[in-house]
Amino acid sequence: MLAEKYSSEIKSILAKYPADRKRSAVLPLMYLAQCEYGAVTSGSMVEIANLLDIDVTQVASLIGFYTLLYDKPGGKYRIQICTDLPCALRGAEEFAHELCDRLGILLGETTPDGTISVEEVMCLAACDGVPMFQVQAPDGIYYHELQTVESALAVIDELRKRDDDG
Amino acid sequence: MADHILLRHRDISDFDELDVYLEHGGFEALKQVVTSKTPQEVIDVVKASGLRGRGGAGFPTGVKWSFLTPGVFPRYVVANADESEPGTFKDREILEHNPYQFLEGVAICAYAAQANTAYVYCRGEFWDLAHELENKINALHKAELLGKGLFGTDYALEIHVYLGAGAYICGEETALLESMEGMLGQPRLRPPFPAAQGLYAKPTVVNNVETLTNLPPIIIRGADWYRSIGTERSTGPKVFCLSGNVERPGNYELPLGTPFRELIYEHGGGIPGGRRIKALLPAGASAPLLPATDEVLDTPMDYESVPEVGSQLGSASIIVIDETVNIAWLAYKTTRFFEHESCGKCTPCREGTYWMYHLLQRIERGEAALEDIDLLDAVAQGMEGKCLCALGEFAIMPVISGIKHFRADFEARIRNGR
Repeated sequence: MLAEKYSSEIKSILAKYPADRKRSAVLPLMYLAQCEYGAVTSGSMVEIANLLDIDVTQVASLIGFYTLLYDKPGGKYRIQICTDLPCALRGAEEFAHELCDRLGILLGETTPDGTISVEEVMCLAACDGVPMFQVQAPDGIYYHELQTVESALAVIDELRKRDDDG
Repeated sequence: MADHILLRHRDISDFDELDVYLEHGGFEALKQVVTSKTPQEVIDVVKASGLRGRGGAGFPTGVKWSFLTPGVFPRYVVANADESEPGTFKDREILEHNPYQFLEGVAICAYAAQANTAYVYCRGEFWDLAHELENKINALHKAELLGKGLFGTDYALEIHVYLGAGAYICGEETALLESMEGMLGQPRLRPPFPAAQGLYAKPTVVNNVETLTNLPPIIIRGADWYRSIGTERSTGPKVFCLSGNVERPGNYELPLGTPFRELIYEHGGGIPGGRRIKALLPAGASAPLLPATDEVLDTPMDYESVPEVGSQLGSASIIVIDETVNIAWLAYKTTRFFEHESCGKCTPCREGTYWMYHLLQRIERGEAALEDIDLLDAVAQGMEGKCLCALGEFAIMPVISGIKHFRADFEARIRNGR
């Protein structure tokens, strides 16, 4: 249960909003659940709904709307490459495909060991650092700019090592 | 520009540390307004400076503040840090490297709006930045530059960070407010505008990160100084985001009114490989494409001159397109973006972006007929003026302008397959 494990975090999240407007805390609480379980599980949706006095469907509807929230876990680390126009003009699509080739997967797929998913995403506000990607990890989201396929593979190796150690 | 006004961290090292920021006059502006100016006097200075919103709309900032419904409290200030326009990456640099000037701007705005609570709405992808910003806010509390009884007065201010979760539409200010209230981030019907009924239906100011970062220097150096930069109606400095087929992409702080040519060739180093420039998008994906004629390249980048040549300055995110790029492909890329980001609330945008994308996919795959160009144009024209918010209106601009100026590119794509 989130409420027991993260009672102080939840309290400080709720304190940011007026007492009668605690629905504002829904996204922060969904992030909390996702960091804990790798996805906003159906159980955590119920828990969040109860915490905020809203309906479960009101929580669930947000998952389809926002791209960073998931109801099913993917690879433990999601490599999200921007291939939007400014990045595509600087070779991001070729970078994405070559990286996938080296990992032996297609864009949108997860490696067989379940650690790495590679996805194309929309503009990440780093158009001067192409090729770039973000890593969506259980503990947050981190940018990697001015990458090569080799440096990206090194980042991925580090993530796998972290996973083995952790 | 000799010294940066907004990107001061480029001139002063460790400018993201509070003691360094304070050594260089940080929070003098906030102290000055809180201890010696009325909120109305602050609004008057900002109005006199001519500062216009840097998020894209270019609306006069002081005028926006003056629309707050009198006598209704609490009020809120929300900083829009949902930077998501393709080609735009200026707010991220400010948040990361010059966070205190931005936060001081938030505080000045809050004082002027008579708000005691401000929120910074960061796009979810700025996770790392948002957590760092929370550390900066904690540092301000420790230094008694936030909290109760600021500078010995009875003015109190709290700033909180709110993290979005991946939705371009939340950069639209009413969608942003919906998102903050825990709803789907979909735009509201306006009026009422946020200044009357914004966050929690209370009077609210929503301003872009760069806009707010302008406030401390305006307070310290005055409206006349600010007006001496830029043009008569587009005053002050602007961070221009340069991306695409250019030698040195990046942020460039220059006076409003600097010509495209100077940005692209002097600062950006021109087009790689000696190729020729073909076109440019002056406002990310959200404005008409301009063929790179001499007239366009010599146009001053300000809120009046860019519309005169058929586009908009918007957030001043200049995407450079060279001669190797097919404009049908470009329209495919921008439409893919808008189709993905359409929030689905209003029919013209939801269906229109879907059908435009469908047709452009067909063109990209080499499965289209020449008549599809007119059909695409008709779908786009059919959306014009009918969408609930600007997203739908923006989505059609690269398509309509692309067909208008580069129809041959669409025809070539169709004739040659791929």
